[in-house]
Amino acid sequence: MPNIRPKVDAVIVGLGWCGSLMAEELTRAGLTVVAIERGPWIETGTDFPPAIDADELRWDTRRSMLLPQAVETITFRNNPTQKALPARDWCFNEWGNNVGGSGTHWAGMAWRYSPYDLQPYSMTVSRYGVGQFTDGLIVQDWGVTYNDLEPFYDRFEKIAGVSGKAGNLKGNKIVGGNIFEGPRSDEYPLPPLKTTRLTDLFTEASDALGYHPFMVPAGQASEAYTNPLGVRMGPCTYCGYCLYYGCANWAKSTPNNCVIPALMQRQNFTVLTDSTVSRATFAADGKTARGVVYLDKDKQEWEQPAGIVIFSAFQMQNVRLLLLSKIGQPYDHATGQGVVGRAYSFQTVSGANIFFENEYLNQFIGAGALSSQIDDFNGDNFDHSGMGFIGGAGILVVARGARPIGNTEVVPPGTPRWGSAWKKAYTDAFQNGTFIFGQGTSYSHKDSFLDLDPEYKDANGLPLLRLTYDYNENDRRSAKLVEEKSLEIGKKMGAKTVIGTNATDQHASPFQLASDHTIGGAVMGLDPKTSVLNRFQQSWDVHNVFVLGASSFPNNAGYNPTGTIGALTLWTAKAIIETYLADRGPLVKI
Amino acid sequence: MKRRELLASVVATAFAPGLARAETISGSMPWVPGQAAVPPLAASTPTATLFFSPAEAETVGAIADRLIPEDGLSVGGREAGCVHFIDRQLIGPYGQAASQYRLGRFIKGTPEQGLQSSLTPADRYRIGLTALNDYCQTKHSLAFSGLSTQTQDEILTGLERKDINLATIDGSEFFEQILQNVREGFLSDPIYGGNKNLVSWKMLGFPGAYYDYRDVIDQKGKKLDFPPVSLFDTSI
Repeated sequence: MPNIRPKVDAVIVGLGWCGSLMAEELTRAGLTVVAIERGPWIETGTDFPPAIDADELRWDTRRSMLLPQAVETITFRNNPTQKALPARDWCFNEWGNNVGGSGTHWAGMAWRYSPYDLQPYSMTVSRYGVGQFTDGLIVQDWGVTYNDLEPFYDRFEKIAGVSGKAGNLKGNKIVGGNIFEGPRSDEYPLPPLKTTRLTDLFTEASDALGYHPFMVPAGQASEAYTNPLGVRMGPCTYCGYCLYYGCANWAKSTPNNCVIPALMQRQNFTVLTDSTVSRATFAADGKTARGVVYLDKDKQEWEQPAGIVIFSAFQMQNVRLLLLSKIGQPYDHATGQGVVGRAYSFQTVSGANIFFENEYLNQFIGAGALSSQIDDFNGDNFDHSGMGFIGGAGILVVARGARPIGNTEVVPPGTPRWGSAWKKAYTDAFQNGTFIFGQGTSYSHKDSFLDLDPEYKDANGLPLLRLTYDYNENDRRSAKLVEEKSLEIGKKMGAKTVIGTNATDQHASPFQLASDHTIGGAVMGLDPKTSVLNRFQQSWDVHNVFVLGASSFPNNAGYNPTGTIGALTLWTAKAIIETYLADRGPLVKI
Repeated sequence: MKRRELLASVVATAFAPGLARAETISGSMPWVPGQAAVPPLAASTPTATLFFSPAEAETVGAIADRLIPEDGLSVGGREAGCVHFIDRQLIGPYGQAASQYRLGRFIKGTPEQGLQSSLTPADRYRIGLTALNDYCQTKHSLAFSGLSTQTQDEILTGLERKDINLATIDGSEFFEQILQNVREGFLSDPIYGGNKNLVSWKMLGFPGAYYDYRDVIDQKGKKLDFPPVSLFDTSI
């Protein structure tokens, strides 16, 4: 019989963005909350002050803040005819391993999805007809609309301290912002970050081509800022140590910098660190969850009973927890039945490598989300009639810091990888070489799914999650268009050498590091036959289980997912507090 | 005690488990003053190697001098400290592939499934350096370090392109391991034993461990003058 902790109102698995935002909401509403986090407590002053943070080998090359594959990984195959094998080394699974989760080390691109991204099925059919969908593609509406989420996007941006310029304020389009965005009720809480030579070159070229460039909304505070929770952030110093690093300035939008200092003052909140949840447990009638089981640091088994169970352990781990807990019917690829693990998607990346001559890009100056972007070819922002695909990409340049070790292969094509020729080319490319990044939509497919691996297990003897995924025809077609547009912009920027890049020219691989946005597998929706969660991210099967994260997304947009993850968490928190607590049962009656 | 040796004596991995960390936290931020998660530095005795035998160190040095040759841009890889850097990496968790998933059967898969090798980085050097020298003795009657630079380059190119096979290890797997580590040794902060005198950062014009560019960010497209700095002043 495992050790049992005292029962609380809610247990939260994983204390990243979703977990900390939910914990803040629930504790403020008076609930007792325990969060269980696999990683340790970390904080700015101890773990990444300036004297420690500026260290590429430790934080970037060795990924010291991220969860090692030795603790958990996935197995991978492109299609069901193959045997899946474990991803044994660093790959696109860039998971957190600390209080704050991946929200501590992320790059900070803080987007809203567009209205189309949340209703891709009905809007595509309305504009183009069902013939626009390629074979086997899974496209379905989320059950929430952009207008439903708008107030929650607004609140997330204010809590996070996002720096940007509105492009659509209550329907009024504003040049300088993203004119393609959904209508906003308010400006960003902070003005945009400063621009760099690279972003200026991109902005000028895009503008000259007739496109509509804007600065990407950034999870780096452009000024000192106090958020609605009373937590203070410092100004970004453009140090260039952002993605994979903690922020020594309290400037990056992270759970640690924005939520947790307020959360830790609440006497009704406790976090258990270094503790790994393996599954939910159930009441005797099997209809509701009783709590969760976890292993503490000494591998002792405990149960944390709770009235509400929240999985917010990151996209992959959420799906794994549902499967290990046996919540919901697992997706069976052979029959097409079931939903848990179904509808996995990713991020479709194409673009161009560009090399200037005699430039001083000074790329060591930067911030994680310091970027200029155009949305003219994203989502449904252009007419897809006759093109045979849906979606597109945000196209941008990234002024994110220099990476001497990470960028050793950023040299013109044909350059040797070592020797004096490499040294010369790399020295030149350090100030002249960069890339245009098409961060594209990604739609799921009946052949893209997650399930439990039949052979490989983690260190605790539990099956690893297995991913079956390859690029589908729709995404290959959209990537091609985005590559062409990137080439056009690169040439207009005056780059001497412009080479197209396209991840979909090859089979998908976890070791193709173009993106780490793994999406879906426990999607939200309007129909229990095609979704795991209802529109409030509540399990259709077990009404006191809620699942928060990109696992909820039936598709990925041409944007980074964190802003939408935050907004959906706040949307669900409101539903729990204002509706669920008073009448515990399914929030959506079918 | 010199400051560098003091820091080097702290044993630590990624998050310094030696630090006192709370595990059931409630009611306030659990900050403990006076702690810092210093970088994981192996004990530092600059002239002795801790992992490599003298013969292995000689071979690694010769390889490093071809991957990063001495030329007008910088000293060679050996003088830059690559052997010392790699030696220190291999006796630590990195050398043991501590972060990697090493359970279950090792089955060769598709290229998309990534390397499915049971070898650790330390294994690759132990096996690969011997295999390389055996190959050189067999073909040229000399160890790798005794060959002309042209022959050395031909061999390294052959390993890289999978034209040369070694008897006891995949030549390309060994080559990629050492190329990556030589690059790291050349380009990482000098606290790890390489990039001596910040030689690569001077070559590139990379300022290193600066943390605030607000006063120069508006000087766009201009050559900036930032003499590179390390996390710790190793001249002390």
